[in-house]
Amino acid sequence: MMTLAEKILSMHVKKGNVKPDEIIIAEVNVAMVQDGTGPLTIMELEKIGMDRVVNPEKTVLFIDHSAPSSRKELSNAHMMMRAFANKTGAVLSEAGEGVCHQRLIEDYVLPGDVVVGADSHTCTSGALSAFATGMGSTDVGLAFALGKTWFKVPQTYKIVLKGTLPEGVYAKDIILYLIGKIGADGATYKALEFSGDIENLKMSDRFTISNMAVEAGAKVGLFPSDLITKEYLFSRGKGDKWIELYPDKDAQYEKTIEIDLNKLEPHVSFPHTVDNTRVIKDAEGVELNQVYIGTCTNGRLEDLRIAAKILKGKKIKKGLRLIVVPASREVYLNALREGLIEIFVKSGGLVLAPGCGPCVGVHEGVLGDGEKCLSTQNRNFKGRMGNPKGEIYLSSPATAAASAIVGKITDPRNFL
Amino acid sequence: MVIEGRVWKFGDSISTDHIAPGRYFHLRQNLPELAKHVLEDADPEFSKKVKQGDIIVAGENFGLGSSREHAPRIIKLAGVSLIIAKSFARIFYRNAINVGLPVLELNTDEINEGDILKVDLEKGLIEDKSTGKVYNAPPLPAFMLKIIRDGGITEHIKKYSDFNLEIDN
Repeated sequence: MMTLAEKILSMHVKKGNVKPDEIIIAEVNVAMVQDGTGPLTIMELEKIGMDRVVNPEKTVLFIDHSAPSSRKELSNAHMMMRAFANKTGAVLSEAGEGVCHQRLIEDYVLPGDVVVGADSHTCTSGALSAFATGMGSTDVGLAFALGKTWFKVPQTYKIVLKGTLPEGVYAKDIILYLIGKIGADGATYKALEFSGDIENLKMSDRFTISNMAVEAGAKVGLFPSDLITKEYLFSRGKGDKWIELYPDKDAQYEKTIEIDLNKLEPHVSFPHTVDNTRVIKDAEGVELNQVYIGTCTNGRLEDLRIAAKILKGKKIKKGLRLIVVPASREVYLNALREGLIEIFVKSGGLVLAPGCGPCVGVHEGVLGDGEKCLSTQNRNFKGRMGNPKGEIYLSSPATAAASAIVGKITDPRNFL
Repeated sequence: MVIEGRVWKFGDSISTDHIAPGRYFHLRQNLPELAKHVLEDADPEFSKKVKQGDIIVAGENFGLGSSREHAPRIIKLAGVSLIIAKSFARIFYRNAINVGLPVLELNTDEINEGDILKVDLEKGLIEDKSTGKVYNAPPLPAFMLKIIRDGGITEHIKKYSDFNLEIDN
């Protein structure tokens, strides 16, 4: 009678069969840091003479938050990461390879894994039925060196998705709606488990939803490992690694929340919290200076296709900046082959190297005082894009693309 | 462990972007410099006003957002001895314990800026010496107190070469 979270964690402890609220030590399969958190990991490990990794092939240091580096201090941090990878045999993911969470789901994570990352959006891999969660630099460093970490087994909220999404409404709208409904702390310490009519959601949709579980405070956002997961792994040459994972029929949930997809509308988060959501008709008309399409939330090929379909043959509003960042090198190459990059450039947009791009406020597209940006990213906190006097709005790639054409927040259904 | 200090009060939803803004990303390997900007986007003068031993008292969901461990580290480095909030975001909570910065959960509505608190961490007993009120917060679990007593998780591992948290699964 176990939920997905309990089931996966039970596969990684000595005695098995964990219970909610129990404190456990679990084996870790994949551990990662990025350039904002990794240097501290390295410094802490060196301090105690544990600068080693037990599982080098699944220990990854990503250069993605400031990639390529925007200043000498960060270049030096990158050097520290490269030297650590050289010394320990861990994998170094260079500038241009992509955002850590996208790279993890492309090449490293398998269903049933326990994944820890020094980045809050590590929960993205939950879509592959991995217990994947964000932690601090030191926690992940200890997982590097010891191959394990402690967890409090979370209670689970079951999120039942019913029906199919109408045209112009996307996975991003589902998760924005959910966070607006339960609040930014609505699931703090909890596991979210998605179920219901999920056979209609592609892996890219699931990644978008799991990516934002942390924005409701959740520890993980899990999907079962089903035939869609299997197909995804096969397409990546890892079909033999697929295992089926479902919660038990009599699993115990702390809460169940139903969402009627048939009636869902496009949603936008207003500054400065993700749960400050509005339906599109109450969001339309906000004048924009910048639109950003990309990130670990919505920078996948499927997202770029949706945006390109709307932007094809059109020009963005004069005076507005459209920034597009493919989430990984593979996404970038596929977008090039499909002609999507050409569409963005011809429409007046600019395309940057795969990575986090402007989302983290370090480089590339920092907002000016009072400027407004509509972004497909996951977070709109004050100061997030490098300026506390800037305003960040969040939406799906379709809403972002339509809004870039009009220069104001716009219902994407007008462009379908 | 008994902690006594002056209160700095903050509201709800203080994010890691308020605490350690992304625009100071380049200072992350230089924590004393980064600490000069601690909580800058919630109170620009905070780092100049805060004194050794002071206590932060806040509302709901303190520390939401990124996993940056720099956030609790620079709060501690600025001199703060304890954070009491109505609730914490989970990564921040875990990071705070790991860096040896105690945290307690309590309804903080009746605690005022400038109050002097005396806190018994093991018992979760909080005495507001300015108003005379006494509160009971749920005490930290034993294994977390152990990490804090050891001086943080890094020191804990240095001491035992492994987790020694008296966990049996």
